[in-house]
Amino acid sequence: MSKIKLIDIAHGRSGDKGDAANVGIVAYDDKGYEIIKKHLTTERVKKHFEGICFGKVERFEMPNICALNFLLHNTLGGGGTVSLKHDAQGKTLAAALLKMEIEI
Amino acid sequence: MKDKIRIASGSGFWGDLQSIPLQQVTKGQIDYLMMDFLAEVTMSIMQKQKKRNPAAGYAKDLIQIMKDILPHIAEKNIKVITNGGGANPMGCVEEIVKCAHKQGIKGLKIGVVTGDDILDSIDNLLKHGAGLDNMESGQKVTDVKERLISANVYFGARPIVEALKKGAQIIITGRTTDTSLTYAPMIHEFKWSWDDWDKLAAGVIAGHILECGGQSSGGNFLGDWRSVPDLAHIGFPIAEAYPNGEFVVTKHENTGGMVSVDTVSEQLMYEIGDPTNYITPECVADFTTINLEQQGKDRVRVFGIKGKPATDLYKVSMAYNDGYTAIGSLTYSWPDALEKAKKADEILRTRLSDLGLKFDEIRTEFLGVNACHGPLASEQNEINEVVLRVGVRSANHHDIEAFGKEIAPLILTGPPSVTGFAGGRPKANEVIAYWPALMPKKLVHPKVEIITT
Repeated sequence: MSKIKLIDIAHGRSGDKGDAANVGIVAYDDKGYEIIKKHLTTERVKKHFEGICFGKVERFEMPNICALNFLLHNTLGGGGTVSLKHDAQGKTLAAALLKMEIEI
Repeated sequence: MKDKIRIASGSGFWGDLQSIPLQQVTKGQIDYLMMDFLAEVTMSIMQKQKKRNPAAGYAKDLIQIMKDILPHIAEKNIKVITNGGGANPMGCVEEIVKCAHKQGIKGLKIGVVTGDDILDSIDNLLKHGAGLDNMESGQKVTDVKERLISANVYFGARPIVEALKKGAQIIITGRTTDTSLTYAPMIHEFKWSWDDWDKLAAGVIAGHILECGGQSSGGNFLGDWRSVPDLAHIGFPIAEAYPNGEFVVTKHENTGGMVSVDTVSEQLMYEIGDPTNYITPECVADFTTINLEQQGKDRVRVFGIKGKPATDLYKVSMAYNDGYTAIGSLTYSWPDALEKAKKADEILRTRLSDLGLKFDEIRTEFLGVNACHGPLASEQNEINEVVLRVGVRSANHHDIEAFGKEIAPLILTGPPSVTGFAGGRPKANEVIAYWPALMPKKLVHPKVEIITT
């Protein structure tokens, strides 16, 4: 078993869809994609965002560009101009997911 | 028929770099310049401006941009397509016509696309089965109908293609989709049929890559961001499109930034939901069919895209008044910066409660510590400074104003080594809440007019 940091094998981009945040994670190669596909389950991502994401997590696979797209529902404090959050659009949440460490 | 066309992105949002459109029309060859100015709540801001001044309500920046580029686009026959007309496309066109006259440019055809604004006809549309309930929450439109500030249908490429057919060189629209500004020229130039779903989807994806400007050519790049050269002089993306639906994402030579499989992949992830169903007025694009290939320096080939038939519905973007917010902040320094900021927050909350003020939400964040990543942030000892940021929301304007008066006093009556109150009392902001909905296409039709300078 060895521990790797997600940020060493992937990058990504996040943004808002109403009160949901979309977090896209893109692996740098096919090997990295196999790792994120196996380890970034909806349960794992939901737990990672405990205290941030208060709704369900949906996951979509995009093997063509080695990417996974996550929808984090009930995450942005109401979203748009309703939200009191400094990051009301979830722009920094891709970086937050890349903080994760994975045992492989 | 042309064997390829080059469509350049000139703006990713209302407030983007003003120098880019001129750069795009002068630093290399292009056929089309597209500029996106509209985000979800932009229409409601513009609608409010128009209410105060009937001549306003469009992206003002666009006028200076047109002044800069008019002589070049007239000389090189570059076509310009933008949704910067916002809530007042005709007002915008009148200003552009004045600019053209001042510069002695005559005979230029400008297409105006309107008909997207349905605010005044909502009751009638509802009678005819428009629906318009909130497509995300399911909430009934009757709950907010009286508080609506704006309601606009997202039109697609059809009215833009119609304007191009009528010979328009500049096309100013209200609420058209961001992506349609890019794929309308492809449909027009390559004579694509309206049921050629794969090609339409390819155009949509080119539009998705271009609509955020520099975000696909090295800006906001979370990969190896240090490797992006000369962001100060970033070149915005250009789609080099071919009749078979393939396209190459590139940028002008001698500009900064970069176009790579990684930068384009990141932009593909931007604000998407289910990647197999990216719904637009003209087709449903499947993002899982996209192939990317680095073809050379700053050239990424995009191919293999599949699409599905369009739906019978238009998306409608509505906005309504929903109370007020205010944000106050103060900066605390070493020693014990975070402890002081937390104490100040506690004192503030006690005072707000003593005053009997009621808020739907009070939110405290510590900028420099955990504002972005909440519980995922590791608390550090000995941070040099932290910004205490407190936000409140309420339907009651008085309570929001009263909150604003409680921030500055903390400087003389709270924890020490505090600064950062130069901006004055926090002001009450009107909350403009977003209401996305769907309605049958058959109930509304775009209007296309041609004005000649």
